[in-house]
Amino acid sequence: MTVAVDNVTKIYTSGMVALERVCVDIEDGTFVSLLGPSGCGKSTLLNMIAGFVDKTEGRIQVDGVDVAGPSGERGMVFQEYALFPWLTAIDNVAFGPRINGVGRDERRELAERYLRMVGLQDHAKKYPYELSGGMKQRVSIARALANKPSILLMDEPFGALDAHTREIMQDELLEIWAQEKKTVIFVTHSVSEAVFLSDRVVLMEANPGRVEHIFDIDLPRPRDRSSDGFAAIERDIHRRMRHR
Amino acid sequence: MALGLESASALSSTARNAKVIASNAARDKRRNVLIDAISRPLSIIAFFVAWLAITLFNNNVHQMYNPMLIPTPIEVVEAIIRMAQSGDLFNDIVASMYRVFMGFLFAAVIGVAAGVGISKSRALSNVIEPLIEMFRPIPSLAFLPMLILWFGIGETSKIVFVAYAAFYPILSATILGMMQIDPVLIRAAQSMGASKRDIFLHVELPAVSPSIFSGLKLGFATSFFVIVAAEYVAATSGLGYEISNSRTYFDIPTMIAAAAVIGALGYLINVALTALERRLLRWNPKYNGN
Repeated sequence: MTVAVDNVTKIYTSGMVALERVCVDIEDGTFVSLLGPSGCGKSTLLNMIAGFVDKTEGRIQVDGVDVAGPSGERGMVFQEYALFPWLTAIDNVAFGPRINGVGRDERRELAERYLRMVGLQDHAKKYPYELSGGMKQRVSIARALANKPSILLMDEPFGALDAHTREIMQDELLEIWAQEKKTVIFVTHSVSEAVFLSDRVVLMEANPGRVEHIFDIDLPRPRDRSSDGFAAIERDIHRRMRHR
Repeated sequence: MALGLESASALSSTARNAKVIASNAARDKRRNVLIDAISRPLSIIAFFVAWLAITLFNNNVHQMYNPMLIPTPIEVVEAIIRMAQSGDLFNDIVASMYRVFMGFLFAAVIGVAAGVGISKSRALSNVIEPLIEMFRPIPSLAFLPMLILWFGIGETSKIVFVAYAAFYPILSATILGMMQIDPVLIRAAQSMGASKRDIFLHVELPAVSPSIFSGLKLGFATSFFVIVAAEYVAATSGLGYEISNSRTYFDIPTMIAAAAVIGALGYLINVALTALERRLLRWNPKYNGN
């Protein structure tokens, strides 16, 4: 699925310009990060692609069709996990298939498969409060994937995790992405996270929120966070950020 | 090699320390449980001992007040046994509980439905809420005499009265719970393709269920509270009727006995509701000691 963000502007009723004439094209199957400081509108842009937030001007299309509201084809993973606390891990993962009419046996199989994919097959019967932050986010990713979206939207999904868990989750996410071949749009404020994960990094700036520069990351995968090439790209991005 | 041994012994001493700390914690916990088990019933035991001592002293040693006014605990127990043997106790409990449950049931259905409706529809909220706010500050007891005139002294007036009184706490808890639903849960469902109906049935209702349950418990307590008053005024059966009827005969042991039965019933029902709540809402960390 391709995503086309064309001249999108968002002005809140307070007069605050959250986004000004933003253009981004996202090709099918690519991993794209929206990177920037708080207030640059990266989460607003993601929420507009998800269909949660209306745009003031411009056009957002997915595969040539205007985004009119939220849809199951654009699955979202939230920083605060957003798991349903009354459902066990496996029932959370089976939620999408259940409301979309998938039969009991089939959705159970589906949920088990995706729980296994994120390594939580032994925690299927636990409620969210019994899981650690990293485990909750794994369930949340499994839940989004089990609903078979064509695009995965991720809003600072690892922002609440400690540094170590965060790196593990980044590795796991890339493994899953390699298996699932989905378009991923990933919001982060961490330069190294964006460089480690993405095919393209959309660097954004605040006041007003806009696209500053788009970096193509050509480093071979799997990437080495301590390699010279990695550091060079991080340096480029930092220079571009400080330039302002 | 020496280094290896040292670190191994350091490790085992750490493990030993951890074990000691854990066993100390377990011992402290056991001791606290024991202290609680002994100290908590103390005040209740002291109350009954004092009651018995004062009444026995008054009746047998030195009379300070008319012994009819405060019976001994033994006379109260005798009154309960007498009521049980005559069948009055059972009939009164059934009569009172029937009114409480029927009134409560109506209040629960109407209260939850109105709470959800008011939260979901701005129009409905604009129409209904001012009316509710006008009536809410008037104590429900104020309407009891009117309800008796309208519905007679049969069961209807008492059921309507209980339903009216229990309606408010259930309504308030439902509205509050609906307001507190985390919007990110609704977004999560929407991004999985949930329709409005799906969101209501599979997100909002389960999310609001703990609040509704607290409201129901509160509403039940209110039903219990007001049924006694209703039975004072207009009834020929029930535990409240038993209290007011015994007053005309100056039968204070029976009055206390009926009050004690009401208290015991209320306590038992609350224990049952709390157990049900823990079972239904076991996903809620509130019920898991966190």
